[in-house]
Amino acid sequence: MGKHEPADLTASAIKGGVASRQRHDSAHKHVTGTAVYIDDIVEPKGCLHAYLGLSTVTHGRLRGIDTGLAMKIPGVVAVLTADDVPGVNDISPTGRDDEPVLADRVVQFFGQPVFAVVAETRDIARRACRQVKVHYEELPAIVTYEDAGDTPKLVCDPLTLQRGDVGRALEAAPRRLSGDMRIGGQDHFYLEGHIALAIPGEDGDMLVHSSTQHPSEVQHMVAHVLGEANHSVTVDVRRMGGGFGGKETQSNQFAAIAAVAARLTGRAVKIRPDRDDDMTATGKRHDFLVGYDVGFDDEGNILGVDFTYASRCGFSADLSGPVTDRALFHCDNAYYWPAVKAVSVPLYTNTVSATAFRGFGGPQGMVGAERVIEEVAFATGLDPLEVRRKNFYGDAGRDVTPYHQTVEDNVIARIVDELEASSGYQARRAAIRADNAQGGVIRRGIALTPVKFGISFTATHFNQAGALVHVYTDGSVHLNHGGTEMGQGLYVKVAQIVAEEFQIDIDQVKITATTTGKVPNTSATAASSGSDLNGMAAQAAARTIRERLTDFASGFYEVPADQVTFLPNRVRIGNQEIPFAELVKQAYVARVQLSATGFYKTPNIHWDRDTGKGRPFYYFAYGASVSEVSVDTLTGEYRVERTDILHETGRSLNPAIDLGQIEGGFIQGMGWLTTEELWWDGKGRLRTHAPSTYKIPLASDRPRVSNVALADWAENREDTIHKSKAVGEPPFMLGMSVFHALSDAVASVADYRVCPRLDAPATPERVLMAIERLSRRARTDEA
Amino acid sequence: MTKIQTGLRINGADHRLEADPRTTLLDALRHHLHLTGSKKGCDHGQCGACTVLVNGRRINACLALACMHDGDEITTIEGIGSDESRSALQEAFLACDGFQCGYCTPGQICSATAMLREAADGWPSHVSPDLNGPVTLNAREIAERMSGNICRCSAYSGIVDAIGQVAKGGVK
Repeated sequence: MGKHEPADLTASAIKGGVASRQRHDSAHKHVTGTAVYIDDIVEPKGCLHAYLGLSTVTHGRLRGIDTGLAMKIPGVVAVLTADDVPGVNDISPTGRDDEPVLADRVVQFFGQPVFAVVAETRDIARRACRQVKVHYEELPAIVTYEDAGDTPKLVCDPLTLQRGDVGRALEAAPRRLSGDMRIGGQDHFYLEGHIALAIPGEDGDMLVHSSTQHPSEVQHMVAHVLGEANHSVTVDVRRMGGGFGGKETQSNQFAAIAAVAARLTGRAVKIRPDRDDDMTATGKRHDFLVGYDVGFDDEGNILGVDFTYASRCGFSADLSGPVTDRALFHCDNAYYWPAVKAVSVPLYTNTVSATAFRGFGGPQGMVGAERVIEEVAFATGLDPLEVRRKNFYGDAGRDVTPYHQTVEDNVIARIVDELEASSGYQARRAAIRADNAQGGVIRRGIALTPVKFGISFTATHFNQAGALVHVYTDGSVHLNHGGTEMGQGLYVKVAQIVAEEFQIDIDQVKITATTTGKVPNTSATAASSGSDLNGMAAQAAARTIRERLTDFASGFYEVPADQVTFLPNRVRIGNQEIPFAELVKQAYVARVQLSATGFYKTPNIHWDRDTGKGRPFYYFAYGASVSEVSVDTLTGEYRVERTDILHETGRSLNPAIDLGQIEGGFIQGMGWLTTEELWWDGKGRLRTHAPSTYKIPLASDRPRVSNVALADWAENREDTIHKSKAVGEPPFMLGMSVFHALSDAVASVADYRVCPRLDAPATPERVLMAIERLSRRARTDEA
Repeated sequence: MTKIQTGLRINGADHRLEADPRTTLLDALRHHLHLTGSKKGCDHGQCGACTVLVNGRRINACLALACMHDGDEITTIEGIGSDESRSALQEAFLACDGFQCGYCTPGQICSATAMLREAADGWPSHVSPDLNGPVTLNAREIAERMSGNICRCSAYSGIVDAIGQVAKGGVK
């Protein structure tokens, strides 16, 4: 961080401590283009380049790969196929052996990597890929939900969550309705595409620079594929140009191919797919088909819900088990279902294997819950906000989730009340209804939607983290931990925590690249857990060193330990103050160890998947948003006029970073539910594989007016790092208010009598079709 | 294919490039001249991460062939300003947190640098109320004019605020 300046020994507070609006640690490098991403690393001497050959059929047997022509091209060094993998040709993150590095005997989706050309330049490798002839025997493919049939093949075990007798509750309910909803997937479109650079070493060693959220998994996969022990592989990542879940498991393939090529050629190998290939060959957010059967009364009280969450998981399990589980974990959003059953159906399909994406199934679960709320609102004629409020989690008796965890930290009612008031929801809704009653071409809509999101990996053992802290003799600190930086500001937050612990300015703390060689066996930087887990681990490491320094000072200066206090950049020992660096130097001379590891595991969580019961989440994060939209009823085009957000992050570690996460998450969630549409053709080919056909929100798509606030009264009731809360994923679901505002605007064309039943994403095309459908219905009703 | 020679003036320094004529300006910058500040996002002219200035105008370097710019004056993020000499826009992006992962940032700043000049020259945009009048760079105008630069982290509020500050002369 900038030039090293002497510490201020009289300051009343350190620079960049916890809760400060410390800017991103790489900010100055981002604005000058000097931040190094993997493609910017100076290539090692003789570096080769690999390029992937992708399947051109959706499902088929491999009848032969003819590499003769390609190998004759000057500059081509090798063409790799499944037969060239020295270890195990598998990168299944859950050990199912259902995901080959390169297709073997069979291809299972259009775009599956079948071979890789290794050449002197990337250009030669790419051109040579075109000269490799692959012979297929095509097989029938399962692409759609309808193709999957009534007795579908699944990629992993389904889950059932159940509480109460939903069958009886539905039968006894005064009113009942059912329906289904399609929810589309989403491409991550991390601006920096996948990339890996593998450098072979001695004794079978391999160093891999990988753009990954999960260096430990890449390490294990590369070792598995090379047939080496984990200790032979080191994976290093300083930063990613975005991840969003798309680099949790999907980096494995590129790292593995680079490593295999490096092993076979003895040279460094870099692989970076073109954007279209990246979008075609790597996994996306799961799309879902949600079925619901809900019982309720005339007052809008929901009495029971029966959900089915089917998802096209693609050709392999990847993370589909935990993703579809998390969808069920969020089929309640912020609502208490008195009786509930929810079943997942993780379908095998001949499509790219769906994977992690911010929210990890939770958003899809919550969109299903919100559809149920909307249905009941239209059926009863109540304001959806009133139905939401009636069904919020409450006190004892109304505080148990479908997975039998008691909600102990519920603040949704307060958040929604405050946001309703600050946004002027009621008055604006009344005005919009009055305007729409005039019957113009432009209709407006408004909606307020809540968010409650469970924090922790549901696989309990992933909730652990490690850190490594060194203090050098000049008092400067080297920080390393298992979390990765993808723009979310994890590195700076953890550095703030360490600076706070030592009471030194943050520029005394050197942030270093995540590497499996320093902190082993780490979990993915995922599930919003980065700062919760790594922050605690780094604090523990720093605390160990601080305690050693305290003990040393106490003995050396002959004062009780409670008279050693760490002040900004200095330490008070009895009646004197000495610079932190001075104490460190004295401790070194006295042979005090100035390096420590730290470790953390989240307490009090457990989950039994077989019984569907437990406490999978340490706590919940809450928020809410109100959006107002205008819709052109002749074209279906729309814009977001205004959005108000109130979100809680506990006692924020860094309000500037958290605000960025909230705004960014909201926009990305809005994109998912509005313009981002993935389209597979009848032959199972993804046709939206570049930003020309896949519409990502731009600056001009932001709400015209945007008011974002942190709930400043919030704090985590659990003992998290400085009482903060996770912020990576929860704001993503704030985008639901835009979707429901669109639905509200559409409903106006039939005087709010018919639930529009919009599927997601609500593209202008889909909005227009809903308008036409409702208009026809209104005309029929009148006739 | 035969390599051809191209003379490029980049950030005030003359460079001789000897490359396949199909080499894009972006690849010339990144791979031949090792100026890696300009990023490759989509390589299709749709994301804006590779935006550079050619004779003061913004272009997608991935859609331009290097050999077409013989003799042209090219400015990349490295030429906009360094740690010791940041431009007003670079300072404003810092002050407003106009980034998260940073991968689109060089393109955003190059794009904004040229956009401010376009607005000053009176170029209208799709949302300008008057095609002939002077341009007032409000948030809507800025967002519209920056809609060729995707930020997937959606740090748009910081980006628009930063450009707005400079447009108003709020940052030196």
